[in-house]
Amino acid sequence: MSTPIEEKGPIVETKGVEVRFPLPTHFLSREKPVLHALNTVSVSIMPGESFCVVGESGCGKTTLGRAILGLNSPTAGEIFFRGQRIDQMDEAERKPVRRDMQMVFQNPYASLNPRRNVFDTLAEPVRHLMPEMSSAEVRTRVEEVLSATGCDPSWQRRLPHEFSGGQRQRIAIARALVTNPAFVVADEPISALDVSIQAQILNLLTELQKDRGLTYLFITHDLSVVEHFGTRVAVMYLGQVMELAPAETIFDTPKHPYTQLLLDAIPKLEGGSFDKPRQPGELPDPVNLPKGCPFAARCNMVQDRCRQERPQLRGLPNGTEVACHFAE
Amino acid sequence: MAMLEVKDLHVAFPRGKHDEVEALRGVNLTLEKGERLGVVGESGAGKSMLAFAILNLIAEPGRVSHGTVKFNGENLLDLPERKIRDIRGNRISMIFQDPMVTLNPVLSIGTQMMETLRAHRKISDKEARALCIAKLKEVAIPSAESRLDAYPHELSGGLRQRVVIAIALLTDPEIIIADEPTTALDVTIQAEIMALILKLCRENDVALILITHDLGVVAEVTEKLMIMYAGKCVETGPTRQIIDSPRHPYASGLLKALPQHAGRGTRLYQIPGSMPPITNLPKGCTYHPRCDFATGRCHGGEPDLVNGVACYNPLSDKAEAKT
Repeated sequence: MSTPIEEKGPIVETKGVEVRFPLPTHFLSREKPVLHALNTVSVSIMPGESFCVVGESGCGKTTLGRAILGLNSPTAGEIFFRGQRIDQMDEAERKPVRRDMQMVFQNPYASLNPRRNVFDTLAEPVRHLMPEMSSAEVRTRVEEVLSATGCDPSWQRRLPHEFSGGQRQRIAIARALVTNPAFVVADEPISALDVSIQAQILNLLTELQKDRGLTYLFITHDLSVVEHFGTRVAVMYLGQVMELAPAETIFDTPKHPYTQLLLDAIPKLEGGSFDKPRQPGELPDPVNLPKGCPFAARCNMVQDRCRQERPQLRGLPNGTEVACHFAE
Repeated sequence: MAMLEVKDLHVAFPRGKHDEVEALRGVNLTLEKGERLGVVGESGAGKSMLAFAILNLIAEPGRVSHGTVKFNGENLLDLPERKIRDIRGNRISMIFQDPMVTLNPVLSIGTQMMETLRAHRKISDKEARALCIAKLKEVAIPSAESRLDAYPHELSGGLRQRVVIAIALLTDPEIIIADEPTTALDVTIQAEIMALILKLCRENDVALILITHDLGVVAEVTEKLMIMYAGKCVETGPTRQIIDSPRHPYASGLLKALPQHAGRGTRLYQIPGSMPPITNLPKGCTYHPRCDFATGRCHGGEPDLVNGVACYNPLSDKAEAKT
């Protein structure tokens, strides 16, 4: 087990990160349309945290995780890992950093190579990122990680199709942890799993965090998971952080109207959430961003100012940061 | 007599030349007019199989090997294909999970809606169009007239699912079977769609069979609940009663495993293992290898559904209070 390095500052920090994807141009048009996936996102993730990012599909939560890991390059802004700027590194410089930052994907049916056995799946990141390790060391490392993630060591020669969804996700988690990272991006790691398996995987993630001092960036659309699992939460909408607060605060006193809307939408065992018919509301087009607040079209407290001026994140007395002109 | 009465329904698939495996192993249910039933289970529990079997839609090589599905006294499984078409999509409608797959991408919304109407009604184009617009308005689709000429890809996921609901409602069905209607959608859209289905069922006195894995959704929408495990119903009863005091250990485990029940940062209750595949069911009660309360008897024979629960050691209110 590695002991977490004593750190004071944030382990990961983004400053004004922006990701834009160019779209195909119409052959008669001179316009060059771009999709604004992330707009000036600044977050700092502290060591040992479970930093959750929530929002609807298309809000940029996955792009944020991928940008931090260098899988999408930001078009503007800066990304730091342990105080070191990483967004402009080339592949050779990045290699030592990659060991410390890993990812678990949503769908374990798609994220594991079906023709590669469990041992090779797990050994590849070690061989690639830690070439100094001997093959005996690699074998010990793989076995150690397999047992830590609740996988049977006898699985090593088997192929992904022999495993159930929950078992596959354990293997995917083992693959992320095999280089002993400090920071793991978990992108909807339980959404593709059955209810009884979700609890198993969430418990495993919590245990691993305790044992290994991991920091998580946990991407999800499920707020009840965030409430149980998260330390701090960023609510995103159309590529922008709308509210940033400690998990308990956001559930007890949501400040942004969008956070409120999300919380109201959760189906509850007590009932009563679906009794009022709701009007359809959708994310605006990320190609032609609205001028003012991106949420203005769906907001029930919208005013003229919201349509003119995009609100920036600002601190409230209770410690919440919110991007709304009128939240207090 | 109930409007829909399913008795001892079995669905089997061939395994090899002489053997069969059962995906549904004797399911009973009744549905009254306007009643809303939730069917909950994990993947592979047989919940979609149940929906398909009710409409006699089990695809080859599968077959309904036993049982009856009586709709207003008539056994749907005995009807010739021509006659069941009058019921399927007309008096019993279905809503499927992914609206991008259910809608035909090369036909406009209007064409697809009118096709459904013409299949079941003698109706002029003008009347059909007016009825389609009315239904689109009913499901709160903005600027309904212009949407008729739109193609599915021009609509967002939420609007597409609204169109699917509008098509399901076109023929004023008596029952809607909704198979995971919101699983492919975002939470906020899910709330919109479920609120809409709930409102329409209440207003038109339509019965609903809602198939889902989400206990929160059934708690919000349904009055009656059926929990399925490995092709069988393990617990059934009023939704409120099962959610508040489940008696089958599996039902109780599913509820306890929900993150909203655990304190922040505490360990979640977890059901060990996973559901057995239908090709390799354990002897005795199919849940016993994962059950905390299993006794010797559970290894022997499979318990029948008695008083709404298929368990030799159902949890009583007392046992629940202790844990």
